[in-house]
Amino acid sequence: MALEFRSVTKEFHTRTGGQLTAVRDISFKVDEGEFVSVVGPSGCGKSTLLSMTAGLYQPTRGEVLVSNEPVNGPNTHVGFMLQKDLLLPWRSIVQNIEFGLESRGVGRAERRQRAMTELRHCHLDGFEGHFPYQLSGGMRQRAALARTLAIDPEIILLDEPFSALDAQTKLVLQNSFAQTIAESNKTTLLITHDLAEAVLMSDRIIVLSERPGTIVAEIAVDLAHRDQPLKRRLMPEVSDYAAQLFKHLKLEEKAA
Amino acid sequence: MRTNRTVMMASLTLLALVLLAWQFLPTALDVPRYIIPTLSDCLSELHRMWRSEGLLGHLMSTALYTVLGFVIGSALGAVLGYLLGMSEFWERVLSPYILALQIAPKVAFAPLFIMWFGYNSMPKLLVTVLIVFFPVLVNVLQAMRTVDRDLVNLARAYNLSRLGIFFKVEMPSTLPNLMAGLRIASTLAVIGVTVGEMVGGNTGLGFLISYGGGQANAAMVFDAIVLLTVIGFLLYSALVRIEARVLHYIPKAQH
Repeated sequence: MALEFRSVTKEFHTRTGGQLTAVRDISFKVDEGEFVSVVGPSGCGKSTLLSMTAGLYQPTRGEVLVSNEPVNGPNTHVGFMLQKDLLLPWRSIVQNIEFGLESRGVGRAERRQRAMTELRHCHLDGFEGHFPYQLSGGMRQRAALARTLAIDPEIILLDEPFSALDAQTKLVLQNSFAQTIAESNKTTLLITHDLAEAVLMSDRIIVLSERPGTIVAEIAVDLAHRDQPLKRRLMPEVSDYAAQLFKHLKLEEKAA
Repeated sequence: MRTNRTVMMASLTLLALVLLAWQFLPTALDVPRYIIPTLSDCLSELHRMWRSEGLLGHLMSTALYTVLGFVIGSALGAVLGYLLGMSEFWERVLSPYILALQIAPKVAFAPLFIMWFGYNSMPKLLVTVLIVFFPVLVNVLQAMRTVDRDLVNLARAYNLSRLGIFFKVEMPSTLPNLMAGLRIASTLAVIGVTVGEMVGGNTGLGFLISYGGGQANAAMVFDAIVLLTVIGFLLYSALVRIEARVLHYIPKAQH
């Protein structure tokens, strides 16, 4: 078991002194090497789940376990990526990829070697000396993935990493991410509001309700080619899955 | 877009016109030379100052204290800015006083400093340090407040220590603002030194201004002002060059 949420509830204190429940009583597991997506309406606490897994803050009640150990703070098992690439603009691409390794007692030569390996892995050969501003949005996200993979985490958390990209770049990048992640056999949790993306990339999809977020459905995506979303896109079953998600999110009622 | 060459030519032509007007207009309009000396008056006065007033010594003294005050003041401003930027508590405790001091006219402290330290170089150095200090402090503090929280969280997730986060994320993030603060400070440094020298002491271009003013020697005042401007301009240009080098990773705006 790579990742487990055990009746996790997170409350925040608002500035006005009130209380806001972001997620309530969330329980689910992600197996090793599995790719699970979390979808839900905006503001349902999707990103809260991610921050708790990364150890940036603790659940109010319940536990988050990574490799059967409760998460008490930032830890070496988890790597995360956001919609923003969060590359340091003053560092070259290869120095950015090394960033996560610097506080982990990895020697300089080994850091560079691991960074270069991930750089090739993410199809950025030849761009190691460039600075972030010289790269396109898609390439910057690739560099961010390389940085995430360089620390060799057990779990990768992706928080809408494709949502700032144009439609075509998005498709290409989804495919290249899926391939890279499948090759390295990483456990992955993807937070997204793009239903098609969830179907194309996941083994399983968790559907959250509006705030306070609770799990309303869990859908196993029983399709081939998880490592190639572009191939999955052509399968007729994809629209059935999307329709299921649609129903669970009660989008039709909202549109009416 | 006009070429750089055209811009340069227009700029130089304008300078030539102004110099010509300076040379010939005062005489044509019957303005006496103790009110507005002509360009040639100023040049010959410059020559006289060089020979018999020890201009070089005054010039070097002013340049030295400008640079010294700038370096000390901006170093103090930056250090305090970063310290306060790391502690929200102290920033909130101190910010009303910082604002008050920032608004207070720093040059007005000069007579006090003379009473406290006497007629030596200390007062002018202190005025300069004080005047340079605030723009740097305020710029750094502002930048520390607006460092991307997600970048800091990323660094935290990568197990960076508080100091590691500061040196690898916060400090580099604030560099553009620090450089902007330094540029403003460089222009203010000249003002600080000038006021310090005008109020007390017997060295520097500021002293020559009050000395020349007392003798109704307008040409001397003009010359000192021009030289002060040159010092400030050189310091500013040096900073612009350093900035271009340090902030090379920021794409240049396309015209």
